[in-house]
This record gives sequence, structure tokens and C-alpha cells, in this order.
Amino acid sequence: MAKKSVWSDNRFWQRSAAWITGFASVLLIWLTFDTTAQISMGTDSDIQNGVTKRVPGPTVINYKITYEMNKKRQHEIPVIGGANADGTSSFQEKEKFFGRDDWSEEEATALLHLGKLGSQVKNCMNCHTLLGNGAYYAPDLTKAWLDPAWGPEGSMQAMTGKNTKEEAMAEFLQNPSQYPTHERMMPNLGITAEEAKGLVAFLKHMSTIDTNGFPRNFGKIQGAVNGK
Amino acid sequence: MANSYLNSESKKLATWYFTVAATLFGAQLLFGLVAAIQYVVPSFLFEILDFSVARMLHINALVVWMVFAMFGAVYWLLPDETGIETVGIGFGKLLFWIFTAAITVVVLVYIFVQVGSADEMSIWFIHEGREYIEAPRWADLGITVVALGFVANLFMTGMKGNRSGIVTVLMADMIAFAGLYLTGMFFTDNISVDQFWWWWVIHLWVEATWEVYVGALAAYGLITMIGAHRKVVEMWLWIEVSMLFGSGILGMGHHYFWIGTPEYWWEIGALFSALEPLPLVAMFIHVLYDWGKTQGEEHAKGQNRSVITNKPAFTWFVINAFGNFLGAGIWGFFHTLPQVNLYTHGTQFTSAHGHLAFFGAYATILIGMMYIAVQGKNGIKVLNHTKSSIWATSMIVGGVLGMTVALTIAGYVQVLVSRAQMGATWSGYFDGQAGTWFAQGMDWRLIMGFVTFTGFLFLIKDLLSIGKATHHAR
Repeated sequence: MAKKSVWSDNRFWQRSAAWITGFASVLLIWLTFDTTAQISMGTDSDIQNGVTKRVPGPTVINYKITYEMNKKRQHEIPVIGGANADGTSSFQEKEKFFGRDDWSEEEATALLHLGKLGSQVKNCMNCHTLLGNGAYYAPDLTKAWLDPAWGPEGSMQAMTGKNTKEEAMAEFLQNPSQYPTHERMMPNLGITAEEAKGLVAFLKHMSTIDTNGFPRNFGKIQGAVNGK
Repeated sequence: MANSYLNSESKKLATWYFTVAATLFGAQLLFGLVAAIQYVVPSFLFEILDFSVARMLHINALVVWMVFAMFGAVYWLLPDETGIETVGIGFGKLLFWIFTAAITVVVLVYIFVQVGSADEMSIWFIHEGREYIEAPRWADLGITVVALGFVANLFMTGMKGNRSGIVTVLMADMIAFAGLYLTGMFFTDNISVDQFWWWWVIHLWVEATWEVYVGALAAYGLITMIGAHRKVVEMWLWIEVSMLFGSGILGMGHHYFWIGTPEYWWEIGALFSALEPLPLVAMFIHVLYDWGKTQGEEHAKGQNRSVITNKPAFTWFVINAFGNFLGAGIWGFFHTLPQVNLYTHGTQFTSAHGHLAFFGAYATILIGMMYIAVQGKNGIKVLNHTKSSIWATSMIVGGVLGMTVALTIAGYVQVLVSRAQMGATWSGYFDGQAGTWFAQGMDWRLIMGFVTFTGFLFLIKDLLSIGKATHHAR
């Protein structure tokens, strides 16, 4: 009499399920150790020493940020404080943030902490996307700091009557429904001046995170051809 | 079996869970409608119940009604599978009331407080502002206690009674389900770390543990509703567990393309998430195969009657098998490769997938379980369709499919105009939103949302009245 095949044996499949699940879980945990080390937040001394971190320290708010195509990686990367010859961050060129470019590590950390708390409490993620995750009712905020609309020539900065990007953003955040850009408006969320400052720091910091080139071509195209 | 309800406290508790689940399902649809109206008429309830609040209620009610129905379904099937009354049922009932009370408070705070100042107090007592798991921290702790209590009941019952393959899978799966929630409870200033662990909850729930849960539920349904052979069903269940966890656990990589995490997730995420549809195909084939097989055996005996003992529930189980494959599998695969996802990430495309996947994979089978409970509660041998059950099924399925197609088209416009053509800026975003096809997509989504809601009203009417209809075999 032929022996029962292992392929129709429940025990065999139960053990397979356990082994496969265990193996996949161990791999995930191992990769988690590697990834969490790579995405831990940098420090001010990293910046001082020219060390590029995927998530830089809070004192990046003292520097000029751009988003440039990198030849080697074939996608855009955040460039902090101007570029080296190979297109990576040189951490040289500073930029005033609310009138100062000497925010200490403690001050910048406190500001970022307030901003991150604010981003959650004000429920940004249930209208906007952050790093592409959230709701789709309002623009993505990943690189909002770099949006030309907030720049010196931008419509948003002009609308708020402010002279700098950060002041324009903070003004808008405090009184969003006073500055209707579209029929769909941002509601007033009771954001205070200090909270707005924190939120803008949070946005500037988020724009320095290395997102592997997401979003593509951000801010490079001025005006669509027959966009509608 | 049909009358086991009368002497099972576990089944009684299950019906309580189903009742709250159905109520929250209604709330989910209502707040979804508010949000859908706001896309078309942005001034609707502006600064009264803003989109962010409506959307938070929409997706939280979704998650919570499903968790309620999942707990309920386990309490329903445990006595049948283990052959004994659920251990610790009094404790289970207490947890049910705590859970329901906590959720009520959370919802009322969402609606009437909405937003606080940027401090830890708001995170503790208003909401955490993290999509899908917004519940404030006090509620997080409460939910953890309730979930662990539920898992304890499941384990004690499984260890005391007959531990079938289905119960074994549920035990392993539910402890992972409860444990994973813990990874989504801490605050960090680092948004990349934040989203990394946030996905441990969201992804490992809906693309791993919840899918395995559905496999176990489908197995139970096949045995109870068409008399499929346990040996075959449970062997398939183990194969499904292998495939679901084998692809789903590392498939998490597709959420790690753009959140600051290293580039190696492109390859890992692409490979494993591309495999995720396979178990869903397998589940669909399995349900249809078992159905055909048992029906064929009846024919061979010269019998012409249907083997299905609960027509509405089995209809929902079959819709689940196909909907899971279509919504989670096909619509997920569409945008899972990084080359595509670079442009589709964070657009209505995701929303289209989200709607069809949550519906196809979870809502369907949990509605099916509610019909099984109605059958059991009323001691009915064969539960037949009613006009309302057919209207409910057709309108809900048609409505969700319609919303999905509308959102997919809107998503295409957004991808092409806002992302590819305009480079994703603020003005690029609004150029995409102003596109005619986008606007039409949003109109149709709203219309189809109303169709879905009307179907839901038929569903509730049917669940409350079908047990009293006279055309069932008792």
C-alpha cells in the first residue's frame, strides 16, 4: 500500500507555516535594527563635522536647504548648507530662521518637539500627507518648506505680506481662513504664534529628511501646460 | 448547532459585539459622507466639523467596528470549535462594556473637543493625530487591556477545550494582533521613526494578522455553512498562513520606500509585496473549490438541494473571497512597485485601494458573520435570502465598487497632473484637484457613497427582521 504523501499532511503544513512565519519575522527584526540605527536623528556635532544623516539633527534649521538631483543616486536628495563637489551637503551656507542662524541644539530641539506635537494635536495628517502618508484633502507637506509658493517670489509669501518664508508660513498657520487660496480652505485650528514657529521648524526639518527622491521633481516645474 | 445560542453565553456576547459593530459601521459611513460632500462643496460644515475631524471619525469608526466584529466573531465560533463554553465569559462581558464605554467617550471627544493645544495633555486626552490609531493615550492603554483580556479568554478556552486547527491559528494570530498595537503608542520627535513603527501596527494588522484572521473565519464558514471537510479546510488554512505571513511580513517594505528609511527597502518591499496577492488568489479558489466539491457530492447522491445553510452569509463570504483578491490584491499590486509608487504614493489612488481593500477583505466577511449570528440566534436550519438582503448586498457592493472606480480615475489625474507634470507642489496639487476628471471622480464618489449608505440601511433592516421571515427552514 502506498504511503500517505507529506503534501496532504496537515502537520507538515502547520510546521511550514510556523517556520516561514518565524523566518520572515526574524528577518524583519534584523532589518529593523539596521533601519532604526540609520534613521535615528543626527546631532549638531554631526552637522558641524559634515556627517550626513538620513534624518539630520534639529539645528538644520540654521542652514539653507535645497533639493537637488544627485548623479550617483539618480534621484533628488536634500542638500543642507550648499553642495560639495559630489552634490552632497557641505553644511557651510547658513540661513536665518526667524531672524537667527545660531539656534542652539537645546533651542532647536525644543522647537522641533513643539512642532511635532503640534503636527499631531492639530491633526495635520487627516487632511495633508506627511512623507506621503495621511489624507489627500490638502497638499503633501514632505517638502513644503521648499515650495516656491512660499519663496520670495511666491504667491503665498506675497499674500501674507511677510518678508521671509518662515514668517509667511507662521502667519498663514495662525490665520489660515483669512488667506483663502482656493475654495477648499484650511480651517482655523487655534494655532498660537509659538506653536506656529514650532510647526514651521518641524516642516523645515522634515524637508531635510532623505526620502529617496520622494516627491520627484519637487518645485522644479513652474506652471503646467493645460494643467486642467 | 443552530440552537446552541440559547445555552451559550459566548454567543450572546458575540451578538452584543456585532450590535455595536453595526452601529459604528453606520457612523463610519455617515462621516465618510460628510468628508465626501466636503470634496464637492468645501464650505459644508467648514470650521464646524472640518474634513480632518470627519475623516478621523470615518477611519477610526472603520477600524473599531471591525475590531468589535472580529472579537464578536471569535466569541461566536469558540463554543462550536472547542465544544465548551468560553472560559472567563463574565470577564469578557465586563471588558465589552469597558470597551464600548471607552469608544463612546473617545468619539464624543473627537466630535466636541476636536483639537487642543500642542502639548502632551492633548495626546493623552484628545487624540494622537496619527492616522488610523488616533485614539488618545488613555484609550490606547484601555484598548490594550481589553485586547489582552480577550486574548486570555481565547487562550484559556483553546487550552481547556478541543483545540482545532482554526482555534490554533486564531490563538497565534490574535496574540500577535494585540501585541502589535503596543508598537504604535509612543511619541517621538523623529517623524521617520514615528512612521516606521506606525506601520508595524497598520501594515502588520491589515496585511498580515487580519488577513490570517479572515482565513480562519472563512475556514469556519466553509465548515458550518456548506459542510466542507475539516481536514481539507484546515490544510488549506495552514497553507494560507504560510503564504500570507511569508509575503505579508516583509511586504511591509512597500511602506518604507519614502519615509526616510534606507533604499534596500525598495527591493525587499517590491518583491514581497508583489507576492501578497498570491494567497488571496488561493483563498478565492479555495472557497469556490470547496463549494463546488460539496455541491458535487450532493449531486452524486442524486440530491438537488443547495448545500448552503445560510444564503446571505455565504454570499458575503464569496464576495469576501473575491473582494479580498480584487481590493487588496489587484488594487494593491497596481501601485506597489517603487517605480510606480514614487508617483502614486499619497494620492487618491491609495484611497481607492483603501476603500476596496478594507471592504473586500474585512467588511464583507464580518457582515457574513452577523448573518451567521442571526441564523443561530433564531434557531434557523437554512437561512434564505430576503428582498432586503439582496438589495443590501447589491447596493453596498455596487456602491463601494463605484467609489473605487471614481477614486481610481481621480487618482490617475492627480498622479499625472499634480505629480508627473507639476512636480507635487502646493500649486501643482491644486491644479490636479481642479481637473475636470478629478472633479467628476469626486462627484461620482459622493453619489456612490449615498448608494452604499442606502444599502447599509437595507442591511440593518434585514439583520433586524430576516430572522422573523417565514420562508426559512427551521
